[in-house]
Amino acid sequence: MNRLYRATLGVALCAAGAGSALAGELTIATVNNGHMVEMQKLSTKFEAANPDISLNWVILEEGVLRSRVTTDITTKGGQFDVMTIGMYEAPIWGARGWLEPLDFGADYDVNDVLPAMRGGLSHDGTLYAAPFYGESSMIMYRKDLVDAAGMSIDDNPTWDHIRDVAASLHDPGNEVYGICLRGKPGWGDNIAFITTMANSFGAQWFNEDWTPALDSEAWNKAVNFYVDLLTTYGPPGSEGNSFNEILALINAGKCGMWIDATIAASFVTDPGQSMVADKMAFAQAPYAVTKKGANWPWAWALAVPAGTKQAEDAKSFIEWATSKSYIELVASVNGWGNVPTGTRQSTYDNPMFQEAATFDEAELKAILSANPNDSTLNPSPYVGVQFAAIPEFQAIGIAVGQQMTAALAGDITVEDALKNAQDAADREMRKAGYY
Amino acid sequence: MMMTDRQRELLKHRIRAALAWVIACLMFFPILWMILTSFKTELQAIAVPPLFFFEPTIENYVLIEERTDYLRYAWNSVVTSFGGTLLGMLIAIPSAYAMAFNPSRRTKDILLWMLSTKMLPAVGVMMPIYLICQKLGLLDTRVALIVIYALINLPVIMLILFNYFRDIPKEILEASQIDGTSTFNEIVQIVLPLAWGGIASTALLSIVLLWNEAFWSIVLTSADAGTLVALVASFSSPEGLFWAKLSAVSTLACAPIIVFGWVTQKQLVQGLTFGAVK
Repeated sequence: MNRLYRATLGVALCAAGAGSALAGELTIATVNNGHMVEMQKLSTKFEAANPDISLNWVILEEGVLRSRVTTDITTKGGQFDVMTIGMYEAPIWGARGWLEPLDFGADYDVNDVLPAMRGGLSHDGTLYAAPFYGESSMIMYRKDLVDAAGMSIDDNPTWDHIRDVAASLHDPGNEVYGICLRGKPGWGDNIAFITTMANSFGAQWFNEDWTPALDSEAWNKAVNFYVDLLTTYGPPGSEGNSFNEILALINAGKCGMWIDATIAASFVTDPGQSMVADKMAFAQAPYAVTKKGANWPWAWALAVPAGTKQAEDAKSFIEWATSKSYIELVASVNGWGNVPTGTRQSTYDNPMFQEAATFDEAELKAILSANPNDSTLNPSPYVGVQFAAIPEFQAIGIAVGQQMTAALAGDITVEDALKNAQDAADREMRKAGYY
Repeated sequence: MMMTDRQRELLKHRIRAALAWVIACLMFFPILWMILTSFKTELQAIAVPPLFFFEPTIENYVLIEERTDYLRYAWNSVVTSFGGTLLGMLIAIPSAYAMAFNPSRRTKDILLWMLSTKMLPAVGVMMPIYLICQKLGLLDTRVALIVIYALINLPVIMLILFNYFRDIPKEILEASQIDGTSTFNEIVQIVLPLAWGGIASTALLSIVLLWNEAFWSIVLTSADAGTLVALVASFSSPEGLFWAKLSAVSTLACAPIIVFGWVTQKQLVQGLTFGAVK
C-alpha cells in the first residue's frame, strides 16, 4: 500500500510540475478568427528568429476566452503569458494594474497605429494592449439590388433613408430580406449594434451623474425604430441572429443590407465563401440626429498579464505580431487582400493594399471617425462607443440585451423592455456604489 | 380475410422493427449530417436548401491536421476518461459494497443525497475548484481532470454498482465470512467476480460520459491537458463561418468513442438499462 501511495504521489507531483510554464515557453490565449489562425501558422517564423522562445497556443471560443482570461488574471492563475483581449477590457484592466504597460522600440512606430485603436487600448496615455486587427461598423449592401430598385445609398445615409431602401429591397417571397441586423442578446451582440444606433438618435447609456438614461425619449425612438425596421423588413428569427448567422445569410444572397463589423467586408467579398462577392458595396453607418457614436471602434489586441514570469518574451512576441513587418509577411504569403486591417495607417497608405481591398476607404473612414471619448450627442461620463468602459457594463449589457431581444420577438413592448432595462441598470449601478 | 395469430404477431413484430429503424435513423441523422458537412466547403455548409449531394473535399481535415496536434488531445481524452473512471471505481466499489451488504437506516438517503449533487450546476463550484487547482499547481494537468472526473461521476457509478451488488445473494458472503475471509478478500475474490459484468458496463458508461465532459476540460486546461472536447470548442469562431471545419473536428472527436461504443455495445446497453426490467 505504501508503494502505491508513493507512486500515486510521485505521478501527481510530476504532472503538477508539468503544468508550470518552462522558461522561454509562452502560452498564448486567442480566439478562432481567420487572422489569429494565420498568426498561429506564421509564428514559426518568430520561433525561428527567437530560438529561445517556443509558443503554445490555446484557441478558445470568444465567450470562453473572456471568462478564462478574466478568471486567470483576477486569480493570478498564470496560465497565459499573452492574452487576446478587446477594447472593453484593455483600459479597465490596465487601470487596475492587471496588465503590463507596453513600450516598444522606435522600429515599432507606435504613431503609425490608428489613433482610435491606440486611444481605446490605453489608460491615462499608457498603452496596455497592442491591436492585432481593428474594425468599425458600416453598411454592406447589395449594389445590384439597390440599383435594380432605382435607389441609391450615399456615403452618409440617414436611418430614414435606410428604411426606405430596406422597403424597396424586401422580397420575402424570393427569400431576400431588406435588412439584416443583430438581434441575439448579449453585450457584444445586439447591444453593440443597438448602442451605436441609439447614439445616433441622441441617446446615451448614462447621464453625467451616472444614473442610467435608458428611460429617455431618444432611447425610446431608437429602439422603436430598430424593432419596427427589423420586424417589417428583416429575416424571420432575427432575435437569434448575430454576426455569423447574418454572414451566412448575406453570403447566401438573402440580405439586401447589413450593418455590422467592417471585418465582414473581407468575407462578403471573398468568392470562396460568398455567392454575392462581386455585388457588394459599402457606406458609412447610418445616423438619425447625430453622426457621433454611429459606428463603433473595436480591436482584438494582444496584452501581457501582470505577474507573468515571461513578460519580456511576451512583449517581444507582441511587438512582432503587431508590427508593420508582420503585415508585410502576411501579404507576402497570402496577398495584400488578406492582411489584418484596422490597425496601422501604413497599411491603408500602401497602393498594393488599396488595389486588393475594395472596402479599404470605407473601413478606414469608419475607424477614423469612431471616437470613444466623444460618442454621444450630450456629454456623458464614460469612455466607449458601443459600450461604457466600466466593469459593471458587462452585466448591464447582458440584462438590457435580453430585454431588447424580448421586444424584438414581440414578447413585451418596447416601452416595457426599456423600463425593465432601466431598472436593471439602476440596480447594478446602485449596487456598485455610483450613487 | 381474417389474420391468424401467427400472422398478427409477425405484423406486430415488423411494425415494431420498422418503428425502431425510424427512431434509429432519426437519432443517427445528426451524426450523418455532421460527417457530410465535414466534407463540404464553408459555402456548401451554409447552402439553402441543404446539400445532400456535392463534390466532397478533405480540406477541413487537412486544416485540422495543420493547425492542431490531434493525437495529443485524443491521448488526453483517453487518459482522463479512463483515469477518471478507474479512480471513480476504486472509490465506488468499496463504498457500494458497504452500502449494499451493510446498509444502515440512512443508506438510501445518502445515495439520494449523492445523486442530488449531480443536479448542482458545475459553474457554481467553478471558482473554488479553480483556486484549489491553482494553489496545488494542478491547472492544465491531467491529474486535476482525473480527480474531478472521478468525483463528478461517483454518484452515478455508485448507484449503478449498488444495484448490481444488491443482486448478489448475501448467503454467499456469509459463507465466506464463516470461513474467515477478510473484507478486502471478500470484495476481490467474491463480489468482483460475481458482479464483473455489471462493473464492466458501469465502467464503460463512465468512460463515455467522461469522454464527452466539456465544462471542466475547457475551464481547467490550456496548452497541455486539453481534451478533444476542448479542441472542438476551439473551432467555434465569433467572426467567420466555421460549420464545415467544426463538423470535421467534431467527427474526429466522436470517432474514437463511437468505435469504442460499437465494440462494447452489449455491455454498454446492459449498463444503460440496469434495473429497467426488474
